Amino acid sequence: MKKNGVKMIKIKAKNVDVFYGKKQALYNIGLDIEENQVTALIGPSGCGKSTFLRCLNRMNDVIDICSVKGEILINDFNINDKSCDVVRLREKIGMVFQKPNPFPKTVYENISYGPTIHGMAQSKQEMDEIVETSLKKAALWEEVKDRLHEPGTGLSGGQQQRLCIARAISVRPEVILMDEPCSALDPIATAQIEELIDELKKEHTIIIVTHSMAQAARVSQNTGFFHLGHLIEHGSTDKIFKNPDNTKTQDYITGRFG
Amino acid sequence: MNKSKEQLLNKRYKAEQRFRLYGLSAIFMALLFLTIFIFKIFSTGYSAFQKTWLIVPVTFDAELMMLEQNPSNEDLQDADYYDIALKSMADLDPNANEDQENELKRMVSYFFEKEIKNELINNPGLIGKTKEVYLTASDDLDQVFKGNYPRDLPEDQRRVSDYQLKIFDQLVAKGKVESKFNISFFTYADSREPELAGIASSFMGSIFSILVCLMIAFPVAVLAAIYLEEFAPKNRFTDFIEVNINNLAAVPSIVFGLLGLGVLLAIFHLPRSTPLVGGITLSLMTLPTIIIAARASLKAVPPSIREAALAMGASRMQTTMHHTVPLSMPGTLSGTIIGLAQALGETAPLILIGMVAFVNTIPGSPMDPAASLPVQIYIWAESAERGFVEKVSACIMVLLGFLIIMNLFAQIIRHKFEKKWS
Repeated sequence: MKKNGVKMIKIKAKNVDVFYGKKQALYNIGLDIEENQVTALIGPSGCGKSTFLRCLNRMNDVIDICSVKGEILINDFNINDKSCDVVRLREKIGMVFQKPNPFPKTVYENISYGPTIHGMAQSKQEMDEIVETSLKKAALWEEVKDRLHEPGTGLSGGQQQRLCIARAISVRPEVILMDEPCSALDPIATAQIEELIDELKKEHTIIIVTHSMAQAARVSQNTGFFHLGHLIEHGSTDKIFKNPDNTKTQDYITGRFG
Repeated sequence: MNKSKEQLLNKRYKAEQRFRLYGLSAIFMALLFLTIFIFKIFSTGYSAFQKTWLIVPVTFDAELMMLEQNPSNEDLQDADYYDIALKSMADLDPNANEDQENELKRMVSYFFEKEIKNELINNPGLIGKTKEVYLTASDDLDQVFKGNYPRDLPEDQRRVSDYQLKIFDQLVAKGKVESKFNISFFTYADSREPELAGIASSFMGSIFSILVCLMIAFPVAVLAAIYLEEFAPKNRFTDFIEVNINNLAAVPSIVFGLLGLGVLLAIFHLPRSTPLVGGITLSLMTLPTIIIAARASLKAVPPSIREAALAMGASRMQTTMHHTVPLSMPGTLSGTIIGLAQALGETAPLILIGMVAFVNTIPGSPMDPAASLPVQIYIWAESAERGFVEKVSACIMVLLGFLIIMNLFAQIIRHKFEKKWS
């Protein structure tokens, strides 16, 4: 999104290095992410795109041997700083995973969990409202409004993934990270999610990791291409797909490897 | 298809058939052993649930009881019943000499005086009248009546004399011997006399021990498992702890008994022979079992659930308490029950901390001396009296019943939880 012709930058990564033990997974990544746009991260398996995504909400903290160096500024605040509170960070930065992972609880409880732990609703009524709007935004309300108190794990794969998206947006995050959200879904469910992503970008900044170049081309405005832990090239999706600067990008886009 | 290929295929099918046969025969063998075992226990033990009574006419002679006119309840309590008790037994054979009278007295349990007393206290109007009273038969006659006693042995090798058998047979012929359900097996504590021995003390002892064991082992083990699995850094120190927990699970139970003896009794001076000490000792033994089961079921919770909760901004503690632990509970509980069932059947450590002592009172709290069911089996199994043989099997039946109920309970809990979480 441009304000007065200037791109609004939501996230600014500078010199990010990631190590798993002694093995380096990411090398000196620098990437700006535009606000209220969809940024796709593409690249062959093991290139570090998911690792980079997990840096943005510090999910790599969970892995003992993983260490992250460099600066990641979100709203000009370095989230790798010691003063950064992980719980508040993750409230602002939601995440949707590769495999749908609803809690083994009811649909309602799946959505209300985040607002509950962050104290966002004062009454049952407010919570009902949050659940309803979240499900509506995730285009799931019509399908589950009669089975809110049935297990979320009983939904179909595509519905489960939209439930996970509804869960992520229930706490009104500024950024939503999506780690290959459609790789476990059929083409129809994939189309629904892609439509949803387009809708969500009005209110959220979205970063999506995807294996499918077609998907990246369809949903994103900006694209970053990762290869062997390096960010080879990034820019507007149009440019990356039509007129890349780097030959590796060219080769990958045209399917010569990966 | 050429011939060799067809032969090969046939060979493969045959191999599979053979393999299935081996499996079936293994299952058959296991079932056979189980059936033999259960049959043996039941056929030996079922008679313990019956008790033989002699129906003896008792004349409640006020003079012999040293009672005055219109006695109060207290007077009845303090009255002397020995003489009328003795007299009623001696009256079974009017021609008996002194030795024979003595033998007649030994045909009933030494509780006969008390049984006559209870009869009168329940019905004070009997003074001066004669009434037939049910008296517990001695253990040997009990066995004779149940057909477990070798009557054809020469007299000097028997504990029942020919004279006693003669009188007994007369009573049987007159229908004055009856067999009834053996309530006292469940309500009496242990006794040196098989006809008066019951499992009340050891049953309560087992329950108290298990409760103490559960209350100590469960919270400690679950907290340890949660910490190790969810919070502890993976380093050499935690590896060392893990190895040692596994080692602890393999330590023979008698070693824990020595620990209980050396630490709980010798250093802390906790009361000897009590379910409290027994329970603490058993909890040490059960700890590693529960920790291992709890860790395994925590590990089995898919990491995606943890990631989902963490990504929603839950703290590690919230993730653990809201999601991981509830999901792991069915596994943890069944592990706990298995551990407790193990503890319930444990004998060696209890013997070392003195729960093998002869206890003829029923414990009212974990601080009172008690035995436990398996120790009771051990005590009875090494007793000489023939009457204890059936008691051993009966006690095993009770212990097995206890275990089956516990497992059933675990299954029900598990089932409920699993329904809720999936």
